[in-house]
Formats: sequence, C-alpha cells, structure tokens
Amino acid sequence: MPEENTIIPESLLEAIGVESDPITYEIEKGHIARFAEAIGDENPLFSDEIKARNSRYGGIIAPPTFYRALRPGSLPESAESPFTRNLDAGSDWEFFEPIRPGDRITVTIKLADVVEREGRLGKMIIITRETRYENQLGQIVATQKTNGISY
Amino acid sequence: MSKETLYWDDVEEASEVTPLPKNASSQLLVKYAGASGDFYQIHYDVEFAKNNNLPGIIIHGALKNAWLGQLMTDWIGETGMLRKLTCQYRAMDVPNEDLVCKGIVTKKYKDGNHHLLDCDIWLENSKGDRTTPGTATVELPIKD
Repeated sequence: MPEENTIIPESLLEAIGVESDPITYEIEKGHIARFAEAIGDENPLFSDEIKARNSRYGGIIAPPTFYRALRPGSLPESAESPFTRNLDAGSDWEFFEPIRPGDRITVTIKLADVVEREGRLGKMIIITRETRYENQLGQIVATQKTNGISY
Repeated sequence: MSKETLYWDDVEEASEVTPLPKNASSQLLVKYAGASGDFYQIHYDVEFAKNNNLPGIIIHGALKNAWLGQLMTDWIGETGMLRKLTCQYRAMDVPNEDLVCKGIVTKKYKDGNHHLLDCDIWLENSKGDRTTPGTATVELPIKD
C-alpha cells in the first residue's frame, strides 16, 4: 500500500519495471576520438590507431563512460517524473567488455525504482533507472544505474 | 603505453591512486555537450543557467564521472581493467577552476583468478571539498 500523503503518483509506481524501446548504435572511430577529446583524455588507446593496434587490445577502444553518448530511447510518459525540476545525482557502472569501432550496441533503459525522500528543499523523489548495453553478439557489455532527484 | 605495468603485487591498501588534475574551459563543456549529446543549457548558456538559480554555467556531472574513469584508466594502464565505477554528484563544479581527481585503495583481494582492488575516488575542488565522491573496482595483472 502506498503511504498516505505520498507525492509519488500511483501511475509512476505501477510503471516500475517498464523498459524503453531498444535503440541500436553503430560505433564510429571518429565519435570515440571526439568523445575522448571532449573529456580531455589523451590516452592513445582511444584515438591513435597504430599505438592502439600494438596494445593488448589490438585496436581502438572507447573510454569507459563513452556509453553516455549512446542515449537510450524514451520511457513511456507514465514512467517519467511528474515534476519539472530534475537533477542527475550520479551513476553506478559495471563494465564487462570494451567497446570497439564497428560494434553495434543496443541500449535499453528501465525504470527500476522510485522512492520518496525529505530533503533540504522539501519532499523529493529519487528515481532509479537501469540502462543495459548489449553488443552485436548478444553480450551485455556494460550496465549503468542512474539516480535522478526530482522535485 | 610507455607507462610501466602496474601489478597487483605492488599495490597495498591505503596506496594512493596517481592524482589527475583537471580544469574545464567553457569550450570543453561545449565539446562535451556535442560529443555526449547532453545539450542541457545550464552547461553552456550563462543566462539560462542564472535563470535556473545557478551562479553561472556548471560542469556536466557525467563529465566529472568521465574524469574519474580516466583517473583509474590512467593509473592502471592498458593491462588493468576497470570493472566498476560509481560516483555521486554532491556539489556543483564550475569551469576555469583547478580541480583534481584523487583516489585511495581501500581493499585488496582475490576473487577466483581475478586480482582486484577497491578504491575510494573523488573529485576535489580548489577549496578542498570533495564534490563528487565515488568508488572503483579494478583488476590488475600479477607478477609471474
């Protein structure tokens, strides 16, 4: 039973477990290099074809958080926050395989949990979403859990 | 890549992760917006940011997260593997400020054949506040 006076709409609680439609991205070498440049990371594994080829990876790989550039599709409206002010509170990542140019990565996001908190600014809700990244071989290459504050 | 291999054997609990200094220009934030697809205007439009009760433009949380990733991948080198990375955005950071990513090993352990380290990591601002704390788990090679 939802507690009385909760600011979480019933429809949002019912949407826990709902997933977005998957989106598939083909990974480009230029995008990886641009992302590495944008985070100020000069590691040659991300941008130097020759050095990367002579590494244990045998070629270019992407920086760990490159997955942020592979944006998931939208969740249905019932699974979105009813509030207009939303803050990204952080991420929990697990990495299983590196991304390489030419990979096709399929991204799916799921509404995982919604809880209410009393904060400095009054009542707020914490929305946890889980994003799954799967490659063309059907392997899960990474997962990201994000917490959003909404009030 | 010319970097010497970091072996699990040579790291102890309380060992320091090599610090990584950062200072974001506004141009870097625009590059990050473009490369990541996060076009929320609080990261490049001063007027928009001020209308949202911010002092000015602020650094993307996900960019700080990327820096903490780099802190670990730079330290472990290509023979190490970053397995887990977490971070919480506790406070805002702004461009043109000297920031530094830091870390410390909290646990050294084996899981089957995997040789692992857990670390506390964080981004520190110029006042010494840890604005973005987190954790990392890495796997390192062992000496023969």
